[in-house]
Parts: sequence; structure tokens; C-alpha cells
Amino acid sequence: MRPSVQEMIAQSNGKKSKKVIEKIIPVVLFLIASVSVLTTVGIVITLILETITFFTRVPVADFLFGTTWLPFSNKEELYGIWPLILGTLKVTAIAVVVAVPIGISAAIYLSEYASEPVRRTIKPVLEILAGVPTIVYGFFALTFVTPVLQSFFPDVKIFNAISPGIVVGIMIVPMIASLSEDAMTSVPRQIREGALAMGSTKLEVAMKITLPAAFSGIIASVVLAISRAIGETMIVSLAGGSTPRFDGNFTDSIQTMTAYIVQVSKGDAGYGTTIYYSIYAVGFTLFLFTMIMNILAGYLSKRFREEY
Amino acid sequence: MKYIEQDLVIQRMSGRKILNLIFKVLFLFATSLALLALAILLFRIVTQGAGHLSIDFIQNFASRFPEKAGIKAALVGSLWLMAVVAPTSIILGVGSAIYLEEYAKKNKVTTFIQVNISNLAGVPSVVFGLLGLTIFVRALALGNSILAAGFTMSLLILPVIIVASQEAIRSVPAELRDASYGMGATKWQTIVRIILPAAIPGILTGSILALSRAIGETAPLIVIGVPVIIQFLPSGVMDTFTALPMQIYDWSSRPQQEFQQVAAAGIIVLMAFLLFMNSIAVFIRNKFHKRY
Repeated sequence: MRPSVQEMIAQSNGKKSKKVIEKIIPVVLFLIASVSVLTTVGIVITLILETITFFTRVPVADFLFGTTWLPFSNKEELYGIWPLILGTLKVTAIAVVVAVPIGISAAIYLSEYASEPVRRTIKPVLEILAGVPTIVYGFFALTFVTPVLQSFFPDVKIFNAISPGIVVGIMIVPMIASLSEDAMTSVPRQIREGALAMGSTKLEVAMKITLPAAFSGIIASVVLAISRAIGETMIVSLAGGSTPRFDGNFTDSIQTMTAYIVQVSKGDAGYGTTIYYSIYAVGFTLFLFTMIMNILAGYLSKRFREEY
Repeated sequence: MKYIEQDLVIQRMSGRKILNLIFKVLFLFATSLALLALAILLFRIVTQGAGHLSIDFIQNFASRFPEKAGIKAALVGSLWLMAVVAPTSIILGVGSAIYLEEYAKKNKVTTFIQVNISNLAGVPSVVFGLLGLTIFVRALALGNSILAAGFTMSLLILPVIIVASQEAIRSVPAELRDASYGMGATKWQTIVRIILPAAIPGILTGSILALSRAIGETAPLIVIGVPVIIQFLPSGVMDTFTALPMQIYDWSSRPQQEFQQVAAAGIIVLMAFLLFMNSIAVFIRNKFHKRY
């Protein structure tokens, strides 16, 4: 005879294993979810501890205010961070000059002008551009962009700040374009159509309605893209060179913070040497830069978001 | 009586219309610059690398001589790396997403975890390399093994997988969940039998895209000290190895012109790999995408 429903329920509730599972699973999942928090904690603690070790050997003031970075010198090693920061900023500045006009123009075109089929063609292509590995971009910068630059400007050296800057710019275009486009398409249609009905051209709608309304989102996208550019490693390692310099020169070999970390990791800087610890100090500086940018982007997109 | 002076209106409008047209062309031009850059990049790499691409290239180990250099060790190494990264990152990512979407109460701890995840996504990959070097390579003494690199890469792509899985889980309609509870299912039964099957296409698509990022990532591998010249294939996860982007990096940074063609051939292999994975992701998205 088949058991009645009540019996089945009683039987099922009586099973101990089921109750135990229901109790254990949330705990296990919480532990899994805390891995991401532990990762952040791990990054911060690792960077801070090793940076402190670095500062027991190199005075903090030398690191923060020094303008010469000469870790491989056999006379006196100098660890002034500014040349590396300046190298990073040079590349980032060029990337911004390239990417912001193109990215925002693409966003305006996609959200205001493009027809639906055009949009559906262009967006995936931009996604491909975002998915290209940075090593491929680096190769492109070194073997194509630099020679092209050299043919126009003979002053440009094999390693320079301009070529990686342009290519990092190309790399962050999809990010600016897609995040800005999201911000612009979230502006309600009614506002846009109201303006069109009043006789505005699409350009006027874009400039006077959409851009101001989406402004915080667009700025946030640019800030995030800058953070990506600062942290970009392979393009600057391949095409930027490894000469830390503290001047306004864009056409000679430079070195960024990320490229320095790669240079040291590639060679065998023995474990425990000052050079070994210096990559953590540089990494920590880099981490602070990107973190400030990311927090700023989050703040901007939340604080100034217009609610409709 | 004329209320509207048509000539005047046309005259005033035409300037604005022309301006509109000029800017439309300008915006389109800027957009096509980005597309042009992609086209040049792909064209250059194919023309540079195609000549070197052959069966031998796939079957040979790395070599000092460009004509003998092959990508076998790197290709197999990348596959090994995926064998570690895929299960680790997907289990951690989907587990976190289930916790955050289904179990977590709306409190400060949850908000903190969520904010932390989005900040982690913005940390440069080279910094993850430093984490891997300290924790996995040195503290846990895994050396520059597949396991150490795999764990580092898993943490790197974890935020992407968590966010994609959360979106997939969130898009499962509440009715399915309620119906399951209504039939007497427990929470875990509902998650395993109802929510996960419905969310799996979204989770897989997001995970594959994240994994393809891990395949192309170079900086963390350099920092944890993955070597380049490897003349053997790894036989287990504790073995040392090399990966596609490492090999390409090494070839690109060599001064000889011939090695640039070898690097381009390596890039073709890498890009083909990525294209294959992305097509699977698109296929899954189109084939299993259900609209409720």
C-alpha cells in the first residue's frame, strides 16, 4: 500500500540529513563569499607588510619626495618614486586625449543617432576591442604604432610614451563608450522626445538634454577608464621602455610603475633584496592610485545620479 | 495674414540642420576610428603571423631559432591553467553569488561584501600577481606551479563571475521560486533544482567570458615568476609551466625581426582560442536563453 501524503511529509521531516544540509549550506556559502573579502584583505596586508619592510631600508621621505629612481645602480641606489609616477601619468594623459573624444563621440552616436541595426552591429565589435588581450595590444604598439610614428616624427625612439599612450587609449575606448552609452540611454525618452517635439535637432538634444543629464555617469566612466589606464601593464612594458625619467619628454624611453614591477619580476631579483621589496612599495602606490579612482567613480555615479 | 514666415524659419533652421549633420558625421567618424583600429590590428597580425603558422609551430617546443620555435608547451600550459582556473573560479563565484542573492540578509556585512567585490574588480592585474607571489608562491610554498598561477588567476576573475552569476540568478522569476516553496521544497532544494538550472546559461556565458580574460592575462604570470623556455609538458598541477601570453611576450620582446613573426603566429593561436571560447558563450546565450 502506498503511504498517505501525511505519512510522506512526516517521513520527510523526520530525515535528519535534510535538516543538517539546510543548516550547513548557508554557512559554507558564506565562507565561499568571504573569499572575495579575504582577497582584498590579503592584497592590502601583503602590500602594507612588504612595503614596511622596504621602508626599514629606504627612508620614507626619499621614496615620497625623491626624483631619481635608480635601483640597479652599483654605487648608490636611489628610490624616488616620482619618475615612475610621471611615466604612468604621461601614458595615461595620452590615453585620455585619445580615448575621451572617441569614446564619448561613439556613445553619442550610438545612443542618439544610430538606428537599431547599426547599434547591434557596432556594439559587439566594440566588445571585441575590449576583449583583445593586452599583450596583443602591446605587440601592436611595438610593431605597428611606433614605426608609423617614427615615419612621421623621426625624433621618436623605439621605446616612448606616445605609442603605448595611443594604444592604451584604444584599449579604454570601449569602456568609455559602453558605460557612457548606458548613462545616456538611461535618460528617459520623454525628455528627449519633448525636446525633439519643440523643434530641436538631434545634436541639440544630445548637447543640451542628454549630455547634462548623463554627465555624472560619463565622468564616472572616464574616471574608471583612467584607473584601467594607470594599472595597464603589458602595453607599457613592451612599448614604453624601462628608463625612469623625471622630465616632460614624451619621445624617449620611459618607465611606468607597472612596467617596473614587470622588469624586476622578469629578472631574478633575489628574494629579500631591497629591489624585491621595492616592487611592493611601487605596487602599493599603484594600488592607492587605482583605488582612489575607483572610489571616486563610484561616488560620482551615485552622488550625482539624477532620478526621474 | 501670415503667422509664420516660412523663409525666415527655413533660413534659421538650415544652419542648425547643417551643424547637426556635421556633428553626426563627426561622431560616426570617431566611432569608425575605433573600428578601424581593430581592423588594422587584426589585419597586421594575420599578415605577419600567417606565414609562420604551421603544424610544426603547434607541435614544436620553444627554441632559440625563430624558424624552429613552436608553441606546444605554452598551448598545453594554458590548457592546464584553465583546468585549475575553471573549477576554482566557478565554484567560488557561483557559491558567492548564491549566498549574496539567496541567503544574505540586507545588512552592513552584505553591503560590505558587495562593495568589496566591485572594488576588487578594479584592482590592476599586476597587483594580483603580487598577491599570488606572496601568498601562493612563497607562503604556501607552491612555487611557480600551475596551481599557484591558477589560484591567482581565479581570484583575478572572481569578481566578474560573481557579478555575472548574480545577474543570472536575479533574473530567475520569483514565481518559479514561490511555486517550488509552495510544493514543499526546502530552500536548498529550490536553489539546486529550480534556480540554478534556470540561471545556468547566464552563469556559463559570464564564466566563459571571464575565463577568456584569464587566458589572455600576462602580468600576474610574469610577477609570480612563470618561466618561458620550457622543453617539457607538465604532468601535474604542481609542475612548472608556461602559457600562451607569456610565450608571446617573450617573443615580442626579442630584438630579432624574425621573432616578431613568431609572436604574431602565437597571437593568432591565442586569438583563435579566445574566438572559440567566445563563440561557445554566444552559442549558449542564444540557444538556452529563456525569456520568462
